[in-house]
Amino acid sequence: MKISSGTVRLIIPAASLTLLLAAVFYMQPRAMSYTGLNLLFNLAVPIALATVAQMLIMAVNDLDLSMGTFVSFCACVTATFLQASPAIGVLIFLGAIAAYAAIGVVIHLRELPSIVVTLGMSFVWGGLAVLMLPSPGGEAPGWARWLMTSRPPFVPMAIVASIVIALVTHFLIMRSSVGVLIRGVGGNVRSVERAGWSVIRLRAGTYALAGFFAVLSGIALVGLTTSADANIALRYTLLSIAGVILGGGEFVGGKVSPIGAVIGALTLTLAGSFLSFMRISPDWQIGAQGAILIVVLALRLFLNRLEKREKSR
Amino acid sequence: MNEVTARREVVAARGIKVTFGAVKALDGADLVIHAGECVGLVGHNGAGKSTIVNVINGGLAPHAGEVHYGGNGGQHGISAARASGVRCVFQELSLCPNLTVNENARIMHAELAGWNWRVRALALVERQLQDIFPGHGIDCDSTIDDLSIAERQMVEIAISFAGLRDKPKLVILDEPTSSLDAGLAAQLMAYIRRFVGEGGSVLLISHILGEILSTSDRIVVMKDGRVVADRAASAFSTRSLVEAMGNVVREQEWLRSTDKRGGEPVLSMPPRRGQGLAFQAHRGEMIGLAGLGGHGQTEMLLDLYLSRNSNWWPARRKEIAFVAGDRGLNGTFPLWSILKNLSIASLGELSSRSLVDRGQEGMLGDGWKKRIEIRTPDMENRILSLSGGNQQKVLFARALVTTARIVLMDDPMRGVDVGTKQEVYDILRAEAASGRTFIWYSTEMDEIRLCDRVYVFREGAIVAELAGDEISEKNVLEASFSGGEAA
Repeated sequence: MKISSGTVRLIIPAASLTLLLAAVFYMQPRAMSYTGLNLLFNLAVPIALATVAQMLIMAVNDLDLSMGTFVSFCACVTATFLQASPAIGVLIFLGAIAAYAAIGVVIHLRELPSIVVTLGMSFVWGGLAVLMLPSPGGEAPGWARWLMTSRPPFVPMAIVASIVIALVTHFLIMRSSVGVLIRGVGGNVRSVERAGWSVIRLRAGTYALAGFFAVLSGIALVGLTTSADANIALRYTLLSIAGVILGGGEFVGGKVSPIGAVIGALTLTLAGSFLSFMRISPDWQIGAQGAILIVVLALRLFLNRLEKREKSR
Repeated sequence: MNEVTARREVVAARGIKVTFGAVKALDGADLVIHAGECVGLVGHNGAGKSTIVNVINGGLAPHAGEVHYGGNGGQHGISAARASGVRCVFQELSLCPNLTVNENARIMHAELAGWNWRVRALALVERQLQDIFPGHGIDCDSTIDDLSIAERQMVEIAISFAGLRDKPKLVILDEPTSSLDAGLAAQLMAYIRRFVGEGGSVLLISHILGEILSTSDRIVVMKDGRVVADRAASAFSTRSLVEAMGNVVREQEWLRSTDKRGGEPVLSMPPRRGQGLAFQAHRGEMIGLAGLGGHGQTEMLLDLYLSRNSNWWPARRKEIAFVAGDRGLNGTFPLWSILKNLSIASLGELSSRSLVDRGQEGMLGDGWKKRIEIRTPDMENRILSLSGGNQQKVLFARALVTTARIVLMDDPMRGVDVGTKQEVYDILRAEAASGRTFIWYSTEMDEIRLCDRVYVFREGAIVAELAGDEISEKNVLEASFSGGEAA
């Protein structure tokens, strides 16, 4: 059977995750257990959700620089309103998702660069988060806590959740008609427009969907940490972008891969643990993480080139 | 088919006026298309063909005049046009390159909704491709990115002609054969006749007049935003058609210069992958790369380029200039002015102490604007304000401005009108006489005939070398098809 280019795209992220995992197990054999795996990948679940959200935005050739502050904002809402009076919490989340849709509309109508708009919005979300929780605190809703700490048989929750996220988003983005249209907007807006679709609605819908996944990310994060802080997820902005790219996505052209994005998020989380096991001081960890990223991307470019050469044969 | 249905109007655009700023793109143009006819639309680049197409498919609202679909007017817009069965294949490829063939079909056909649409879309496209291009060999499950430019064009044509519930009533084909070779183009023309015979209508825009004359029932000639002639195709000949467009037919009468194959070749390459003939180019020669589209000509040009230029580190003095074929992909800088697009390749010569000499750049621009007649009031205008043919002229000028002695051309005349072509041919001749070497991949026979020597490609290798009077359509076709199973 011929291997499609989408599958080739997934080989590198999957291989790098396997390699990192093998290295971690080699250094710390005790990680090779139910609890060990859960601890290793626990924090990957919110990052994976944020990465999926970022991937949606990138599928329509935009970039969301407010992802980190928005997830922080959602975490703060979860730890305060959603816990105290669920109805108001849900309303706030619906409002936030509507705001995301509105951002998409504004970006499309005014032809603004998404980077500028979302960078501006990041201050809005950050400010709202600080207003809600000036100092770290709040409490996780019981059900979120239960969901994130539940212990399914055989496979830890973190893995189950990652697989579910990957499959659901794969179906949504890669298989369904809506997903095709979203990626079509990224690939060639004019052709989608000429076929009679409303690009403005597609973009608004994509942003709203991204907002929805970011909300889930905030809830999952609070479920793990039990309390929130206005700065809890600031690094998610760059982590989510790195996760998409690591997973085989590209900045333009609507080339994204949901399974790859989740794998990318897992790899990034694991890279942190790996570096700790290597006893690399936290000062160097960010640099080392960057080095891992560069190595993986270089591998991908190399593979792309091989593929191209194969094709011209 | 009785007389009443035969005369039913599918689209009627009357008195259409469209202006872009100070430019009158359409100045009261009328175009009526009836069911069961193929209308050929010809005219210069910038005559308003693309604009009237955009008005008919609803992408552009006219500033005056009205468009009626199927006799009832009123609504206008993309959805109204699509609802009336109007489909369009655009000159530039307009598929989503990141999606597969059937996903693109899903986007083009909203009625493919519901469960299992992938399988149905696949069947739809495959059936239609088989119908138009029998024996095409395209894998409909592959991503558009992985297809060649000719295959993409075929897929787009097939998707546009396909109909799930109802067949399209009018298909507009804007330069459909520009990247297809002769065999595929003939298949398409035959299909158009069948489609028209079954009661559909086609608006065919092409610069290949032979196609227009043989395929259309009626030919509409446009010039300066107006319709200047509208007669049955049988009333036209190539000559009268070109005259109607405002061109004076020039007989191709240059005497082929004497054999320039003397001395050292300026560029040579051993046989590709150990098969076929070796390549050699001499000073002042014009060499054609012929053969069916996509048989390794572009790859050859790229290899020739890389043989003198490093892939990593740009050479100080460029010996080879390259004229790209796909303007949008690797030709123009869409955000830059015409002048900047023109001078980019020769900034080294235009600058002193690493700063660009604006005065010299402007002079250069004005000189070339006159020499190749770029139709613009101001060279500072954006490159995209020019029509396609004029953009291509700028790309030519970019290569000719440089000091490079060798110019590689990757089918650069795609979609350029006859008048512009003639102008460029003259420039090429003059430049070749002054010692420049041109290596020219072209899919058009007329251009191949201009060359001093021609290499014919088949399946990635050079299979024949023709020189002087041996260069004829018959010989080239023979060489491209010999061996049996090609194409």
